[in-house]
Amino acid sequence: MIISLTGLFCIILFILAIRFMATPKTANMGNYLAIISMMMAIIISFSPLPENYLWLLSAIFFGAIVGIFFGEKIKITELPQMIAILNGLGGGAATCIAMAEANIFDQSSTISLLGGIIGAITLSGSFIAFCKLQGIMKKRKIFASSAIVNICFLLIMTLAVFFIDKQSFMVDIIFCIALVWGGFMVYPVGGADMPIIISILNSFSGWATVAIGFSYSNILMITVGTIVGASGSILAYIMIKSMNKSLLKLFIQSDLLKTEDVTEKIPNEGSPKDAAFIMESAKNIIIVPGYGMAAASAQYAIKSMADILEKKYKINVKFAIHPVAGRMPGHMNVLLADAGVDYEKVFELDDINSEFSETDVVYVIGANDITNPEAKTNHDSPLYGMPVLDVGKAKVVFFVKRSLNTGYSGVDNPLFFAPNTIMLYGDAKKITEDINKILEQ
Amino acid sequence: MDNFTILLTFFAMACFIGYFVVWGVTPALYSPLMSVSNAISGIVILGAITNGNDWWGIFAAFLASVNIFGGFSVSRRMLAMFRRGEKNK
Repeated sequence: MIISLTGLFCIILFILAIRFMATPKTANMGNYLAIISMMMAIIISFSPLPENYLWLLSAIFFGAIVGIFFGEKIKITELPQMIAILNGLGGGAATCIAMAEANIFDQSSTISLLGGIIGAITLSGSFIAFCKLQGIMKKRKIFASSAIVNICFLLIMTLAVFFIDKQSFMVDIIFCIALVWGGFMVYPVGGADMPIIISILNSFSGWATVAIGFSYSNILMITVGTIVGASGSILAYIMIKSMNKSLLKLFIQSDLLKTEDVTEKIPNEGSPKDAAFIMESAKNIIIVPGYGMAAASAQYAIKSMADILEKKYKINVKFAIHPVAGRMPGHMNVLLADAGVDYEKVFELDDINSEFSETDVVYVIGANDITNPEAKTNHDSPLYGMPVLDVGKAKVVFFVKRSLNTGYSGVDNPLFFAPNTIMLYGDAKKITEDINKILEQ
Repeated sequence: MDNFTILLTFFAMACFIGYFVVWGVTPALYSPLMSVSNAISGIVILGAITNGNDWWGIFAAFLASVNIFGGFSVSRRMLAMFRRGEKNK
């Protein structure tokens, strides 16, 4: 009775924990509630004492050491990788549990087999995502048959779940196939689609938990797993909407978009000196960060730029963030928070988009596709329909980029050639620091 | 109600709760949300604990434990950054 009531209490705490994630003021509390409730859940599951509890305790203990070690040591720039790999471990745990169950009873239930399959896909998919984020796997190869491959795997898995004799040996084979599938699923997906993939893998680790929960009739696992699954699914939905993609297109896209004839127009090129000069006389400035800021770790330089502009020149500085900027949902917000930018100065797309027409200077750092006006005007553009930041409406736009190359979508950005655009070529951090030096003089 | 129906009821209710609670989260906190939900998906460890007499079960406990502690520690660090932004005001 006490045990099951504590379980109920844990569920309530977990729900409150996610509820507290709603605002930055309460989010810390939410994290601690989740920790307390997790500890309680683990403690009550040790009563009555399970078999081999010493081994289990030491496994948990070493897991905790490894987890905390990497969690504390990881660099802020490596956060997306870390989250990817942790997702994978959660899925891997589900698979191992399903295997253990099949070993012990020499027979697996349909639902735990399903949980194990989802877990295995999460594990290998996350590993590939990790390799891509870490830069180990750079090439984005697309094979025309990826749709067929995925459908074949889906068929095999469906047959396996419903028709195959679920003996321990067969179960292991099925999980191996699921591992291969997870790899194939994520392999063709490119860097800028990572926010979607990470969210999907996040939800998978939740659904795997739900399936395992069903096979053990454990309400705590089912409810908590469902909340994780829901959270990942909603994030994936938001990311897909913000990129104007469909789930189908993401996994079965079969051709790389070819850029049409490269326009012979020449963009305006500027120096940090020009940028500083124009910024000094502005009244309000909006900074638009993209993945390039993360790649160059330029957030600290950006923060000091905002400080100088505000304190010395009394300019109103705001930040505008596109939902899919970066490699995971909310990536830019975390980086800016890390640099010490007040989150009340950071605005989401819908809240700030109308302000660009009244803005003197926009400083776009390491972003491209999310500002492309063709998404609104050109019906033939692959970006058409994607919500974009209307930076072109400002009086002057600075683009900090390493080159004039197209963004991830492979589409030219006509904004680069607009009369009110000035390109600043170079490393995002270096350029920003150079501007800061001149501004400070 | 039989056992499976009860579990299914909990599942359906949890879907609704999850839906409404998650939509309430501000976009600025999507990364920490993902990190916290990632950590609590480690609740799968309860399944590992009932499987202590198989080595795979013990290995699962290890993996889930890395997931839980790593996830919470990453979340804590991310949220601490947002607090720092608050103090700088």
